[in-house]
Amino acid sequence: MNSDNGYTDHIVAVLVHNNPGVLSKVTSLVTRRGFNIDSISAGPTRQNDMFRLTIVVKGDDRSIEQIQKQLYKIIDVVKVVPINKNRMAGREICLIKVKASGKERHEMLQIISVFKANVVDVGTNGFIVEITGDSDKIDSFLALLEPHQIIDVARTGIVAMNRWDNPYN
Amino acid sequence: MSIDTVYLIYIILISGMEEEIMNGARIIVESLKKEGVDTVFCYTGGAVIKIFDELYKHGDGLKLIQPRHEQGGTHAADGYARSTGNPGVVIVTSGPGATNTITGIATAYMDSSPLVVLTGQVSSSLIGTDAFQESDVTGITMPITKANFLVKDVEDLAITIKKAFYIATTGRPGPVVIDIPGDIQKQEAEFNYPETISLQSYKPKDSGHPKQINSTVTLLEESKKPLVLSGGGVNLGNAMAEMNEFLDKTGIPVVHTLMGKGVNPSNDDQFFGFIGMHGTLYGNYAIRNSDLIIAVGVRFSDRIIGDAKTYGKNAKIIHIDIDPAEVGKNISVDLPIVGSAKSVLKELNSREIRLSISDWRSELVKYKEEYPLVYTPGKRIKPQNIIELARRYFPEDTIVATDVGQNQIWVAQHFRIRHPRSFLSSGGLGTMGYGLPAALGAAVGNPDKQILMFAGDGGFQMNMQELGIVRKYNLKVKMIILDNNYLGMVRQWQELLFDRRYSGTDMEFNPDFVKLAEVFNIRAVFLEDPEKVEAVIRDLAESEDSMLVHAAVDPEENVLPMVPAGKSLSEVITKL
Repeated sequence: MNSDNGYTDHIVAVLVHNNPGVLSKVTSLVTRRGFNIDSISAGPTRQNDMFRLTIVVKGDDRSIEQIQKQLYKIIDVVKVVPINKNRMAGREICLIKVKASGKERHEMLQIISVFKANVVDVGTNGFIVEITGDSDKIDSFLALLEPHQIIDVARTGIVAMNRWDNPYN
Repeated sequence: MSIDTVYLIYIILISGMEEEIMNGARIIVESLKKEGVDTVFCYTGGAVIKIFDELYKHGDGLKLIQPRHEQGGTHAADGYARSTGNPGVVIVTSGPGATNTITGIATAYMDSSPLVVLTGQVSSSLIGTDAFQESDVTGITMPITKANFLVKDVEDLAITIKKAFYIATTGRPGPVVIDIPGDIQKQEAEFNYPETISLQSYKPKDSGHPKQINSTVTLLEESKKPLVLSGGGVNLGNAMAEMNEFLDKTGIPVVHTLMGKGVNPSNDDQFFGFIGMHGTLYGNYAIRNSDLIIAVGVRFSDRIIGDAKTYGKNAKIIHIDIDPAEVGKNISVDLPIVGSAKSVLKELNSREIRLSISDWRSELVKYKEEYPLVYTPGKRIKPQNIIELARRYFPEDTIVATDVGQNQIWVAQHFRIRHPRSFLSSGGLGTMGYGLPAALGAAVGNPDKQILMFAGDGGFQMNMQELGIVRKYNLKVKMIILDNNYLGMVRQWQELLFDRRYSGTDMEFNPDFVKLAEVFNIRAVFLEDPEKVEAVIRDLAESEDSMLVHAAVDPEENVLPMVPAGKSLSEVITKL
């Protein structure tokens, strides 16, 4: 995931109190300090008022450390965990609405089965397909569907955890 | 005592202990009292009319200062906070009242000044409808506050105020905004103000790590040319006594940032003044030649370091700061210590530290004698001369407030401050218009001290309406306007970098500042003759009442030395 300008994707998990405006506080801080957010996903945790955000940003190593420190300065931020990209479990869900009719349908179902994706809706003109996996897998799957007519794509952005035997733990 | 009497006393005790039911506006007033607030800078309006009503009925013990503009009020609260150490409290109405405080809040945020700003908001049901005088205050203030809150339930009001004061005044201080809709002010709840508060996600660290402190001692003992860089955190953290003790004990030379003015070792030979873009030659020489910089409560701003690549390249850097995000932000640090200046210096003062630095000290003293801070007297008044004479005639514990620009830097260079919390200046944001209201806020909080303001002709006019509160609250301030008929600092850059094209810096048609002061019933004197400076400044210092001096100074006098922005400290300009 290296880009041309020498910046790398970084993933941080941020545990926050679910107070009003907390999401915009986090995103505006990241943006204000000069980072682009590639993806962000948010969801509740086991603790009542806590949410977990997984944020993918581009930046160099030094400034990513700075972002972590700045995030801690938001009063509602409880914990910031850097995710080690080489030692993580990361998953993303993608829904794809794609045209498929006649012979195409059969061919597409084969690709879907190879990728262990699911058809979640069937219409007369096509499918809605759901695929879960790391971002690379979803990228390749989309590339394969590209020759067919993709109508719409919805990706959740990555959710990730460090693996058990990870030095960050 | 009869059983009935005992029962009656019991009933009285119980009812005294029961929480009283009151409306939100009253809860605000009572909460402020519980926080020990004695002064509120406030400007009324539709969305806070209820709070003002409760202040009228129950605000005994609270001094209300009504500025002439909410920006002035916010700067005044900031000046009050910096000079007293107590948080500055501001109450303003929604919409324009709130947006007028923005520059004041941003100023306080950049210089870590504790403010609690209560803004009225339109009623909950109208939020998001573009109602009259509605603005998204929590949205607007998000990047310029330490925290902000929109109160949506009257039951949360007291705890939110408690949180706001706690967050504003602990750790690295800063402004906190509470936005309170009109209906919340009217709704009723039990008033129950928490004695203490603990936030899971906010636990400022006070003491430095013992291992890091041990390493500091080792680095100090290895060093031949150590240097202390004292910053604003020493003032804000009430650590000046510990800092001076550390300097006295170790004999290490000291320099300071703009916000660090007030550091005062017993031995003046240890003191090398102000550093950075307009620092003294000897101060910046010390930075360039030191082998160990002990930076306390500084944030290594671009105005201090110039070029980050060459800054202190001969030195190891120990960075002591309460905010972990400052460590390593602008400059790589060899030894970080996260903790309060007070606690870390106290710990260092308890250690035995053996130093042999007499060569280094005599090297610096010799350099200081060789390259002192100078200016050339001329036919026109030199602003530096006014500042030096003010230093001579005003008492040592005078609180000095400056505006922004040349006046600010000349004062930083030539007016030695020997007490903590006695120099008020917008360092980080560089807010013109700060000086007068900050001086007035300091006068409110320090009625027994002399308050001296310096401003340029440009900045003074940005908040000159606040002259209106001098008489109203019987405030004593001494004001000096250094009038060069230019926006001098930018003019100086134009002289240096833009071939003297003085675009947008001309201040022709300035008002007659003497007449201006007189319409507010303040005595004022015009000063043009260099021969008369001493007599006028003496008069100003000895005056029992507020007074303004309008000094026409040399229009093209420059602030020197100067290191152009982004350049290494060695590329200093001493002559234009």
